[in-house]
Amino acid sequence: MVISSFVSTSLRFLLILALVISVCPQVAWAQADDAPLFRADRINALILVVVFCSTILLYTRWAKQGKSLFLRKIPGLDEVEEAVGRATEMGRPVLFIPGIGELDEIETIAAISILGRVARITAQYETPLMVPVRYPLVLAAGQEVVEQAYIEMGKGDSYDKDTVRYVAGEQWAFTATVNGYMMRERPATNIYMGAFFAESLLLAETGNAAGSIQIAGTARPEQLPFFIAACDYTLMGEELYAASAYLSREPVMTGGLKGQDFIKMVIIVLVIVGVILATFGVGDWYVHLFREV
Amino acid sequence: MRTTVPIVVAFIAGLLSVVGFFFRTDTFLGSVRQEFLVWLTIVGGFTLLLGVVSIVRVNWTAVVRKKPGWQYKILTLVAVFAMALPSVLPSSKSPLLGRAEGSIYDWLFNYLQSPMMMTMFATLAFYIASAAYRAFRARSPEATLLLITAILIMLWRVPMGEAFLDLLPGHIAQLLNTYVMNGVNMAVQRGIIIGAALGAASMSLRIMLGIERTYLGKS
Repeated sequence: MVISSFVSTSLRFLLILALVISVCPQVAWAQADDAPLFRADRINALILVVVFCSTILLYTRWAKQGKSLFLRKIPGLDEVEEAVGRATEMGRPVLFIPGIGELDEIETIAAISILGRVARITAQYETPLMVPVRYPLVLAAGQEVVEQAYIEMGKGDSYDKDTVRYVAGEQWAFTATVNGYMMRERPATNIYMGAFFAESLLLAETGNAAGSIQIAGTARPEQLPFFIAACDYTLMGEELYAASAYLSREPVMTGGLKGQDFIKMVIIVLVIVGVILATFGVGDWYVHLFREV
Repeated sequence: MRTTVPIVVAFIAGLLSVVGFFFRTDTFLGSVRQEFLVWLTIVGGFTLLLGVVSIVRVNWTAVVRKKPGWQYKILTLVAVFAMALPSVLPSSKSPLLGRAEGSIYDWLFNYLQSPMMMTMFATLAFYIASAAYRAFRARSPEATLLLITAILIMLWRVPMGEAFLDLLPGHIAQLLNTYVMNGVNMAVQRGIIIGAALGAASMSLRIMLGIERTYLGKS
């Protein structure tokens, strides 16, 4: 159903787009000259997009049909429930930081998705949850997700509107506030998910000093070493985006992960072929395929 | 309705952004992504009020209920309004208002906020030292290898250390650059970046199709 609705919606959208272009050509054509509508030098990227989308949709379809798909274990995500349970036993709060990025960053959206799962667990155990945010849009999205999680778990009355709170718009003011909270309240569990920058180590080291169990996840390679040094579990790169699908265990969502893995295998093969061709000095045409046509 | 409308908006915005990538930037389709970012900034500006309401409510409640450290919450509230109010009032009334040089906002920013930010950033050096101590303890062969590599890289990155390495035989600095930084380090970073990019693209597709709805608070 998902795929057929996607195809039909896409076709309708493209039909409307074609209609708009035919009625009002300047929508797609530059007014200054009659340069081509389409950027032919990006045809290789278009092919990759089409192959990628088709693979994801194919695996999603297989998953919907009930085909068994193996997902490797991600220890950091398996530990989330344990860590919240620990906080419950200790009677201390859980701190969840959805990064310091704005809502237009995909990492922040992934973090908000994980927040929903974590909020369900804290609602179930009635463990206090604290979510400091840096942007008002993230505040609105976070409040909606946490409130919905509490309602779904039948704990709507326990939901505190200040669970998700705006603390500061400045990076270092945000860090100072959160570090102060960690040292005063000593949360049992700290979860850092999303886009982090230079403040990553300040947060993680303070959490470490406060004796909290720490689970981190980011797609920024330059911040990963800091989290690995200071946290108990770290989700690296793609694991952050896989988290909500992994935690939900819904076949439709895990299908997307398998499709992604398949594309990764294709890229690995392409890289190996490229290395072999370049080693023998005959790879120029091959490299050219991936740059521009 | 509360779920359908955001999914439709996400689908159209996502598809237009992808389609726009394949068109010239001086066309409507080619510039649509930039246009969406402008819209986001405008919406973000309006939502700033939500942030102010949140920060005032949390701190005011703490003051009223005399929670531990409530005196500091008063300071926070004073700071919020002391920075915001003079900056939004018209400078035509007084040179102290607005955001120009010599205004209250300018003074508070340059002599209070900015030094405090720099202080926080400067403390990073001490945090790096403690994290490095824990990460580089030679507890296993792998950790020892990491320790030796890190020492050599750090030596190479400072002028005095590089001069010292040049005294040793074997062009160590060149080997470090070729095999450690541009070899192992680059390969690992690119692996993570490719994986993350695919993950982001896959998640974007799930959001566009309405498969991933957890960011809307739906299971």
